[in-house]
Amino acid sequence: MAKVIGTVVVDRERCKGCDLCVVACPCDVLSLAAKDVNDRGYHYAMMVNPEACIGCAACATVCPDACIEVYRLTQK
Amino acid sequence: MNQDEIIKQGTKVYSRPRLMDDRNMHYCPGCSHGVVHKLVSEVIEELGLEDKTIGIAPVGCAVFAYHYIDVDWVEAAHGRAPAVATAVKRLDPSRMVFTYQGDGDLAAIGTAETIHAANRGENIAMIFINNGIYGMTGGQMAPTTLEGMKTATTPYGRRVDLNGYPLNITPLLAQLPGTCYVTRQSVHTAASVRKCKAAIKKAFQAALDGRGTAVIEVVSTCNSGWKMSPAKANEWMEENMFKAYPLGDLKPLE
Ligand SMILES: Cc1ncc(C[n+]2csc(CCOP(=O)(O)OP(=O)(O)O)c2C)c(N)n1
Ligand code: SF4
Ligand code: SF4
Ligand code: SF4
Ligand SMILES: [Mg+2]
Repeated sequence: MAKVIGTVVVDRERCKGCDLCVVACPCDVLSLAAKDVNDRGYHYAMMVNPEACIGCAACATVCPDACIEVYRLTQK
Repeated sequence: MNQDEIIKQGTKVYSRPRLMDDRNMHYCPGCSHGVVHKLVSEVIEELGLEDKTIGIAPVGCAVFAYHYIDVDWVEAAHGRAPAVATAVKRLDPSRMVFTYQGDGDLAAIGTAETIHAANRGENIAMIFINNGIYGMTGGQMAPTTLEGMKTATTPYGRRVDLNGYPLNITPLLAQLPGTCYVTRQSVHTAASVRKCKAAIKKAFQAALDGRGTAVIEVVSTCNSGWKMSPAKANEWMEENMFKAYPLGDLKPLE
């Protein structure tokens, strides 16, 4: 059966750590960095469970700062 | 398969809109304005209107909209965007002209401009960010503030006997024969963002085609003004704002 896998690239420096992508992800892929911050002091979003990503782009769609790129691949 | 391989072999299905300027926006983390800016950029790009669009920026948190979306803009005085849009569109009807306004801008100081532009049926689109508050100036009560809602100027909650009722202005605009399309959307989930984008696209096309005034209200959050986290503000909006301002088309485009 074909399997859809995906991945996201977060622009860490642009991210404001609002958490909306984390909440929007149906697969619990994302989390805010627990300790690390970017140059502006925000706990940026990152993949903590990358294998679960299905490339649905829900995270990127709700991101107010357009920091997320999404890639999708269908494995035969 | 690791991330690099997926990127190399897969398809990019989402990226930052080309029309968005590279600079960081000044909005608070999680602010709805950013999402709507993204949609405006995507729609203009998809309709191929990069060189045909003139936006009219408001006074309010979106005052710097012209810094973020790479099309032509005019900055209007507070509430006067529909009047400026009227002039711009009449001077060059080949342009797609839209206003971008908050609830303080569109429904308080600019009420007259809003209603009369819509009543004249100006061929413009109006994007109305209804976050129920004056975000920019520090969270004062707006006409759209809900009953009981705490703001800087209603610290014990809005009282109808003292402050009047929340102004539900979009249905008023829908009644006017000059409007061709009036809809109320939100951008708090991926599905609602996609629906809102389709509505903006319809409105921009209608404005370009000279169908009359198209109004897209976006029920929004101002998490800073509401003093909540962005995620909590979305929940609060669903529970409270949507009751007063239900989503959907108030006047479908014919
Ligand atoms: C003529 C005039 N009156 C008052 C102000 C002060 N002022 C600036 S923004 C604003 C309200 C903004 O609220 P809204 O339109 O809802 O935009 P938001 O910031 O919530 O997006 C006010 C009253 C002003 N700049 N000019
Ligand atoms: S693309 Fe979908 S599954 Fe992947 S991180 Fe974003 S929301 Fe989660
Ligand atoms: S939605 Fe965007 S800005 Fe907010 S945490 Fe996620 S990547 Fe960062
Ligand atoms: S004050 Fe409110 S409307 Fe203004 S940028 Fe912050 S969250 Fe957005
Ligand atoms: Mg407002």
